Amino acid sequence: MTYAIEISDLKKRYEGGFEALKGVDLKVEKGDFFALLGPNGAGKSTTIGVLCSLVNKTSGRVSIFGKDIDSDFASAKKHLGVVPQEFNFNVFETVFNIVVTQAGFYGISRAVAAERAEKYLKQLDLWGKKDVQSRMLSGGMKRRLMIARALVHEPDVLILDEPTAGVDIELRRSMWDFIKKLNEQGTTIILTTHYLEEAEQLCRNIAIINSGEIVENTSVKALLKTLNQETFIFDLDKSLPSGWSSPDFNLTVVNDGSSIEVEVVKGQSLNKIFKELDAIDINVVSMRNKSNRLEELFVKLIKG
Amino acid sequence: MKNSEIWIAFYTILIKEIRRFTRIWPQTLLPPAITMTLYFAIFGNLIGERIGTMGGFSYMQYIVPGLIMMSVITNSYSNVSSSFFSAKFQLSVQELLVSPTPNWVILVGYTLGGVARGLLVGLAVTVLSLFFTHLALENIVMTIVVVLLTSIMFSLGGFVNAIYARSFDDVSIVPTFILTPLTYLGGVFYSIDLLPEFWQNVSLLNPVLYMVNAFRYGVLGVSDINVYWALVIVSLFIVALFSYGLRLLNQGKGIRN
Repeated sequence: MTYAIEISDLKKRYEGGFEALKGVDLKVEKGDFFALLGPNGAGKSTTIGVLCSLVNKTSGRVSIFGKDIDSDFASAKKHLGVVPQEFNFNVFETVFNIVVTQAGFYGISRAVAAERAEKYLKQLDLWGKKDVQSRMLSGGMKRRLMIARALVHEPDVLILDEPTAGVDIELRRSMWDFIKKLNEQGTTIILTTHYLEEAEQLCRNIAIINSGEIVENTSVKALLKTLNQETFIFDLDKSLPSGWSSPDFNLTVVNDGSSIEVEVVKGQSLNKIFKELDAIDINVVSMRNKSNRLEELFVKLIKG
Repeated sequence: MKNSEIWIAFYTILIKEIRRFTRIWPQTLLPPAITMTLYFAIFGNLIGERIGTMGGFSYMQYIVPGLIMMSVITNSYSNVSSSFFSAKFQLSVQELLVSPTPNWVILVGYTLGGVARGLLVGLAVTVLSLFFTHLALENIVMTIVVVLLTSIMFSLGGFVNAIYARSFDDVSIVPTFILTPLTYLGGVFYSIDLLPEFWQNVSLLNPVLYMVNAFRYGVLGVSDINVYWALVIVSLFIVALFSYGLRLLNQGKGIRN
């Protein structure tokens, strides 16, 4: 089976001896929406850097759509589009020229490049800014420009490294709608993000990297099933009587008694706590997770 | 990549480079024109009339080929060094590194971008010089070959400089402390016959002397050195700098972690 990305025993030791990757093995299936998560300095950016030829690996094998990045680098690179974390375009160049020039580096003729630039800049709502120097764009526009640029050679795999960092909620949602459509059309998406609720909502499969090693690599569903305990916040219509406690749940009173945090163990029914509160004439007016479920697992895995 | 794709990638880099230096023409094209006009006016007209003839030509005629060459050298070099370093500094070099463009195409593209600026400035300075003196091309083939090879050589030098540079200061160190002295001592303003024998021999170690004299030979028909040696020396430098620049690119020196 040919994978979109196949990484075997990837190691990277930087000058000075720091071992950023200690033998990473990773497979991403074609058409997947994949999240690569990890704390700062875990090795995410190094892994992505190796994939897109910005970091020289120390050892190991990497292939993109079955093309080895060492022996068949030109074919491998044609399959890959990258949206990096940092803005990396010429700030004095216009939006249109940045996209068309990038296409030229892939050997795409100017006529085809101009058509595609128009298509993607329109889809990303940047066509009106096509003649503007890129330094004049807002942060969100710059982010979208990098997406248009990464798509101009129509890659099979799109890597997005922290694409929504510093982007407002509305723009983030529209950006994800766009990326989801791309994925539905067959493009494999690989995402790194600090917003774990994004990974939970969008991604099918996930890998967590820590200290240069993959500590978890599974589907998001399977990972969430391993969660043993969740904490919910209940907002109450009036304060709990002082000294009241639940026989079945650990709970903590917060916000001067107007809210409680309830720890719910896997398999435990929430109906019980509702009944207990109902018995003392207290209504729950709203409820929510204290933290994102994936976030809880992430912290647990990283702490080992 | 197919040959047609490689051609498009090369052409894209070249056009990007030409667009860059023409967009900022007040920084790239105007200053050498003004500087050289001042040289013509002061050294050629005012001082030159008191100096008399050199090599059988008026002093103005004698220094014009050297001044044209000086413009070509400095502009070829600084175009590539500043452009490639800026791309490193802004990270926009990553646009090329993630693409399938082969390293040799990147090197040739940037080099010919430097050649384009060097030749354009050289042409502008030549046209300006015609307001001050008359020039007759003695050997047009030699003139074109020498100016082209020199421009290629210094563009490649600028590329190697940019690869190693870690700050804008590093980009200006070589032109200020190496290139300018070599050019001024490279027979632009005088014939080495005027120097004592020891300094004549020292001057022969300066590669710029060969280029200036070969170009002067093409324009005026006079030279202090064997012009064919000049072609051999410049060609050897080009081969060495191209090989070295490509090796640095393949290693990812200064551009890949």
